[in-house]
Amino acid sequence: MDYILSGLIQAFELLFQGNPETYSAVKTTVFASSLSVGASMLIGAPLGFCLGYARFPGARPIRVVVDTMLSLPTVVIGLLCYAFMSHRGPLGDLGLLFTIPGMAIGQTILGLPIVVALTASAVENLDHRLKQTLLTLGAEPHQLLLTSLWEARFALALAGAAAYGRIVSEVGISMMIGGNIKWHTRTITTAIAMETGKGQFAVGIALGLILITLALLVNLAMSGLKRLSGQ
Amino acid sequence: MAKKFLILWMAALLLLTTGLMSAWAADSVMLATTTSTDNTGLMDILAPRFEKDTGIELKWTAIGTGKALEMGKNCDVDVLLVHAPAAEKKYVADGFGRDRTQVMYNDFVIIGPKNDPVALRGASVVEAIKKLATGKAAFVSRGDNSGTHKKEISLWKKAGMAVPDQQKWYIQTGQGMIATLNVATEKGAYSMTDRGTFIKYSENHGVNPPLVALVEGDPGLFNQYSLIAVDPANCSNTKYGLAKRLAEWMTSDDIQKLIGNFKLMNKRLFIPNAR
Repeated sequence: MDYILSGLIQAFELLFQGNPETYSAVKTTVFASSLSVGASMLIGAPLGFCLGYARFPGARPIRVVVDTMLSLPTVVIGLLCYAFMSHRGPLGDLGLLFTIPGMAIGQTILGLPIVVALTASAVENLDHRLKQTLLTLGAEPHQLLLTSLWEARFALALAGAAAYGRIVSEVGISMMIGGNIKWHTRTITTAIAMETGKGQFAVGIALGLILITLALLVNLAMSGLKRLSGQ
Repeated sequence: MAKKFLILWMAALLLLTTGLMSAWAADSVMLATTTSTDNTGLMDILAPRFEKDTGIELKWTAIGTGKALEMGKNCDVDVLLVHAPAAEKKYVADGFGRDRTQVMYNDFVIIGPKNDPVALRGASVVEAIKKLATGKAAFVSRGDNSGTHKKEISLWKKAGMAVPDQQKWYIQTGQGMIATLNVATEKGAYSMTDRGTFIKYSENHGVNPPLVALVEGDPGLFNQYSLIAVDPANCSNTKYGLAKRLAEWMTSDDIQKLIGNFKLMNKRLFIPNAR
């Protein structure tokens, strides 16, 4: 029990004394996950809209595929991305392996199905009269897309938060593509895995606390948004 | 409203691309190193000093020797710091690497619980392996094709034993050296490690580590660390010049002295032996 308590105490010391290694991992995590959540939203929201809005043959199988991809294991994504990004792989010349953009691409693959699936459901649940009204008013297709997404904006934000939660907590992709390189691609989760492996529980606990705090902040922002939308 | 959304979308896209651009790396050399140099904290001392001396950033990823050699074959790193001489020589002969340079050495130790249930203390390496093979106590192996794992396999062969791959008492972690020693500690089992990581492990556990060195000092337990540059003939993208620079720097008198002075619990972890 003793080492857990001393771990907690040391954790707070690391946080409040501004330990550069700890903050480097936090910075990398925030940077990489922001990139990937951003990309997931930008690509996923329009795709999700099409899936939820349009009626076309094959929409149902695509939904099944997207829903299956929701449970894609991070290590499988990591493995596939590694195979593609290695210098022997087809994308090797881009030099993405062991970089934050490389990690962000893998994490985008993780976040994308979440955003697509949740956006599609949100758009499906929109008031059907909206589409009719817009069409009667002579809206162009892109106006239809943007207005519908705007109406579903809070559901979109929730989709973003869900994707963020999954991305910020994953370790497989960051470890395999990032390589856990100190000062560069070491994220909070890869650092926790490594520190636990080394038996350094204090640093692990400190980083775990930060991760929980990050998640808390995002969720507070979300509930704030929800309350705003209610007014 | 729709227009606002479009502007937001465009702005986010712009932000994303600039973010991606800024993350692209500057001048740096990428090293794949064995876990022992990272776990002990040696890399944390060498990397900043290298950057200070040469202005080149040293990035490293800590993995087993087997995986490091694979990464070199795939051209994913520029230079390797590894410790499996036989595999290294084959790697160079096969045209994947060049300029193999000796940097430092230490030795392997077979460690185990203090009460030593199969009485390894003071035994020769071959005797020790034969005693372990009785299976009366658990043995924790790296099982990851690392330098230490390769050495361990060679010891089983030397003792005329088959590697006890599927035996219940033979635990393969597939993890780094310190992680493996922590598993051995939890299980009260025997294991084998390089001296540097063992000293670090002892330091982690304060004055009284649960596992102690039982078999040591045999010339067959010698452990040489070497740098190998990835051969530019195999990998056109490799930073061969920078890799060479790193080798020159690491074998210089100053840095050899720095490695020799790296101590924990007042013990040297690695002994420099560049020629």
